[in-house]
Amino acid sequence: MEKTKGKIKYLGELLRNKEISCQELTTKYLESINQDNGKLNAYVSVTEQEALDTAKAVDKKIASGEELSPLEGIPMTLKDNISTKDIETTCCSKILQGYVPIYNATVWDLLKSQNAVLLGKTNMDEFAMGSSCETSCFGGANNPHNLAHVAGGSSGGVASAVGGNIAAYGLGSDTGGSIRQPASFCGLVGLKPTYGAVSRYGLIAYASSLDQIGPITSTVEDAALVFDAISKKDPMDSTSQGGAEPTLAKLNQDIKGLKIGVAKEYFEGVRDDVKKALEQSIKTYVSLGAQIVYFDLPVLKYALPVYYILACAEASSNLGRYDSIRYGYRTDENYHSIHEMICKTRSEGFGKEVQRRILLGTYVLSSGYYDAYYKKAQRLRGAVVKAFQNAFQSCDVILTPTVPMTAFEQGFSSKDQIETYQTDICTVPINIAGLPAISIPCGFDSKGLPIGMQLIGNTFCESTILNAAYQFENACANQIYKNVDLGVKL
Amino acid sequence: MTYELVSGLETHIELSTKTKIFCGCTTAFGSEPNTNCCPICIGLPGTLPKLNHQVVRYAIMAGLATNCQINNISKMDRKNYVYPDLSKAYQVSQFDKPLCKNGYITLDSGKKINILRIHIEEDAGKLVHERGDTFVDYNRGGVPLIEIVTEPDFRSIDEVKEYVEKLQLIMKYVGVSDCKMQEGSLRCDVNISVRPQGEEKLGTRTEIKNMNSFTFMAKALQYEYDRQIDVIESGEQVIQETRRYNDDTGETESMRGKEDAHDYRYFREPDLVTISTTDEEIEQIRSLLPELPSAKLDRYINEYGISATDAAIIAKYRKVAEFFDEACEGVKAQKIVSNLIISQIFRRFPTDGEKEDFEISITAKMLNDLVLLIDNGKLNMNLAKSTLEKMLDTGKPVSELVSEKDLSGVDESALRQICEEIVSANPSAVSDFKNGKTNAFKSLIGGVMKATKGRADAMLATKILEELIK
Repeated sequence: MEKTKGKIKYLGELLRNKEISCQELTTKYLESINQDNGKLNAYVSVTEQEALDTAKAVDKKIASGEELSPLEGIPMTLKDNISTKDIETTCCSKILQGYVPIYNATVWDLLKSQNAVLLGKTNMDEFAMGSSCETSCFGGANNPHNLAHVAGGSSGGVASAVGGNIAAYGLGSDTGGSIRQPASFCGLVGLKPTYGAVSRYGLIAYASSLDQIGPITSTVEDAALVFDAISKKDPMDSTSQGGAEPTLAKLNQDIKGLKIGVAKEYFEGVRDDVKKALEQSIKTYVSLGAQIVYFDLPVLKYALPVYYILACAEASSNLGRYDSIRYGYRTDENYHSIHEMICKTRSEGFGKEVQRRILLGTYVLSSGYYDAYYKKAQRLRGAVVKAFQNAFQSCDVILTPTVPMTAFEQGFSSKDQIETYQTDICTVPINIAGLPAISIPCGFDSKGLPIGMQLIGNTFCESTILNAAYQFENACANQIYKNVDLGVKL
Repeated sequence: MTYELVSGLETHIELSTKTKIFCGCTTAFGSEPNTNCCPICIGLPGTLPKLNHQVVRYAIMAGLATNCQINNISKMDRKNYVYPDLSKAYQVSQFDKPLCKNGYITLDSGKKINILRIHIEEDAGKLVHERGDTFVDYNRGGVPLIEIVTEPDFRSIDEVKEYVEKLQLIMKYVGVSDCKMQEGSLRCDVNISVRPQGEEKLGTRTEIKNMNSFTFMAKALQYEYDRQIDVIESGEQVIQETRRYNDDTGETESMRGKEDAHDYRYFREPDLVTISTTDEEIEQIRSLLPELPSAKLDRYINEYGISATDAAIIAKYRKVAEFFDEACEGVKAQKIVSNLIISQIFRRFPTDGEKEDFEISITAKMLNDLVLLIDNGKLNMNLAKSTLEKMLDTGKPVSELVSEKDLSGVDESALRQICEEIVSANPSAVSDFKNGKTNAFKSLIGGVMKATKGRADAMLATKILEELIK
C-alpha cells in the first residue's frame, strides 16, 4: 500500500473489489489483536461478536451489490470513555468497573449507522487524566515503534492500536492534547476539532469546556474522512455546532501563498532534535510556496496554569457523580453511613492522579480561593482566545511542535508530575482557545521514535489545516512514515 | 421588651411544563418510583443537559407577573454538593445571573414585598425510607423549579402567609404551576430573625427549610420567633444555622450550623450555552399574560360593583374567575352572575379543592344565556334559580329546559297586556287598594302570576300595576 494513500480508502477498495470479505478482514484484525495486544496493551476490551455481526451485515450488502459508504466495514476502535450501549465503558478507572451504558454516544451512533466495525474499546489514562496512558487501571499502552516507550496519553490505546495495525483508525478525545500527543508519539495523524464541531454527547466528561472527540488515523486523508463522518450538529449537545464543511473534497488544494505563523515562544524548551525536525518542516513548506509569518505569543506562558485550574475545576464537578449508588464500583469495606460508603468507594476507586486533580479542582473553586484561581484563570482564558484571534489576522495556520519531545520511557510520568504537565505546553492552549489542530509526523529522533508537528487553524477551519497537512504529507511521506512489524499486514 | 420579627422567604415552585428541564421525561406526579427517568435525568456518565425553553418562558412569565425585570442575558451554573438524591452531585441552577430580578408583590395593606430574584433550576430526586432501608426515587430529579427570593421585608407571620397566598394565586393564574403545597410543588425556606422594636440593626437569622403547608409554616415561624426571643432574653445569642420544623414536637431543631454550611463551589455550567432573550421576546410573553388576580379584583369591585368579599371569593380561584368572566359577557348586572355562582353553584363545590378544580357540568356560555334572559326580563329570578338547578343536574342548556312558551308573555308589552286585563277584571280589588288596603295589591300581583304561570318578573309586574292603578 502506498504510504500516503488513505488506509480507510484502501481497505474499502479491497472490500468493494471483493479481494477480501469484511468477515475475513475483521477476523484478520481480531487475530492480530489476539497476537499483539499483549505487547501493546492497546485494547481493554474486545468486542468480537459486535465486530463479526457488523461484518456479516456488510458482506450481505456487498453480495447484494449495494453501495458501501466510506467507513462501512472498516475495523476500528473507540477510546474507553466513549459510551457504547451494552458494551462496558470504564474510562480505565476502577470506579467504573462493570459499568455498561444503556445508550450510545452520538459519534458511535453516527459511525455504527455506517456499519463501522468496532473491534473493541481502547486504553487511556484514567478519566483521560494523564499524558502517558499509565494512569489507566489496566496499565499503560505501549508505543508500537518501541515497546519500552509509552504510546502517550490520554488516548494512548487508540494510538497504540492504530500505530500497531490492530485497528484501521480510532476515535479519541482531546482535552489538553490527548489526541495529538499520542498521535505524535506513535507517528500518526491526530485531529482535535474545533470545540463544538463534534458532539460530546456520550463522551464521559473530564473537562466539559475543553473536551472534544476526534480521529487518530494513519494518514491525513483518513482523518478528513472520519472527521467528515462525525462532525455534525447534535441536538443532544447544546455546545455542538457541527463542522463547517466537508473537508475531504478540499484536500489537494495548492498552498502557494498560504501564510504559516510561527511563534518563538512555541520553540522554547523544545528538545533540539524536535526543533530541528520542525525547522526542516518549515523549509518544506517554504518549498511548497507557503509564506512564513513570525509573531509573538507571550500569553503562552499562562496556558498551562490556566488549563490545569479550569480542567481540574470542571473535573472535580464532573466526577462527583461516582458515588457507587447507581452504577460502578462500590467498596467492599464496612461502612456505617452513606457518607462513609461514598468516601471509601471514591478513595479506593479513583487512582492517585484523578484524586489529585479532583482535590486541586475542589480547592480552586472553594470560597475564598475562587477569585484568586478560577476567576483569574477564566479571565486569562479570554486573553488566550484573543491572542490567537489576533494571530489569525496575519496567518492562516500556526505551526508548532506537538510535544517538545518524543515518547517518554515507561515510568517517566510518575517520577515528576510537574515535568509531565509541562510536556502539554504546546497542545493545551488550543483547547483553551477552542481551536482545531492536527498533529502529523515530521521525522524521527535518534532512537527511531516519531516526532510530531502541530498545525493550528482558526475556528471551524479544519479543511485548511487538513489540506496543509496533506500537502506536507505528500511532499515527504517517505521521511515521516515507517512501517512497524506488528498487527495486520495487507 | 417587645420584639419585631424580620423575615425573608425563598419559595421553590415546580413549573407545570409537560417535560423536565433538561430531558424529555414527563414531570407527572405520583408515578411508580424511577419510571420517569432517562440517562440524562439520572446523570449517567457522558450525558448532557438540553434546556427546555418552555421553562425559560414560564420563568419569565412568573417574573413579569411579579413586576420583575428580565435579564436579557442569563446563564446556568452548577451548584455542587453530594447527596444520594442528586444524581450528578451538582444541581444545575443559576448563581449570579438569574433570569428575573427586582420585582415585588403588593399586600392588601399596600405594603410591597420586594422580590430580589427569580431563577430556574432542576429539582432533585427523593429519598424513600421503607422497611428499615433507604431507597432513591429519581422521578422528581430534573423537574423544573423556579426559586423566588424576597428581601427580608416581612414583619409578621400574617404578612408571610398573605404573601405566599398571593404568590400562589398569581402563579396559578399565569398557569406556570399548580402550586400544590401538599404535593411539594410549592415549598418555602424561611429566614427569620428578631430585634427589639425600634432597633435598626438586623438580628442573627436562622433558616427553616422545606415547609410545605401553611399551618406548619405559621407554627414553625411562631415557635422560632418565641425561641429566638427566649435565647436573647436569657442573655445568650442566636446562632446562625439551618433548622427544620418537627411537626411531632411542634419545635424547630438544628440541622447544621454555619461552620457546616455547604460550600457549593458555584461555577458556570459548561454544558449549556448562554440564555439570551430579546426585548421583543419578553414583550411577546408579556402580551400572553392573563389578567392577574389583583387587576381582576379591581375590575369586579370598581366596574361591576360587586362587594369586595364576593369579588375576592371569585378571584381566589382562577377557573371560577375565568368562568365568571365568560358568563358576564354582555350582561348588564354582573352582580346576578356572582350571586348565582356564590350562593347557588358553590353549594356543589363545598371545599377549596373542588372550587380550585371547578369541574362544573355546564359551560360559562350556558350560564351566560340564562343570565341574559334574566337581564332581558324574560325569566324571573325564581324561575332562573330553579332552571339553573336543572342545568347543573343535567348539563343541558337553558333552551332545552325552558320552552319558548315558558318564555313567551313575560316580556314587557305582553306583561302590560296581562296587567291591564287583571286590573279591568278586578275592579273591587283596585278600589280596595285605592282605599288604602295594601293587601289588595297582593291579590292583583297574584292574579298576574297565576295568569303567567309564575313566569312574570314580579318587580316589573308591580311597576306596571302601580302605573295602571294610578
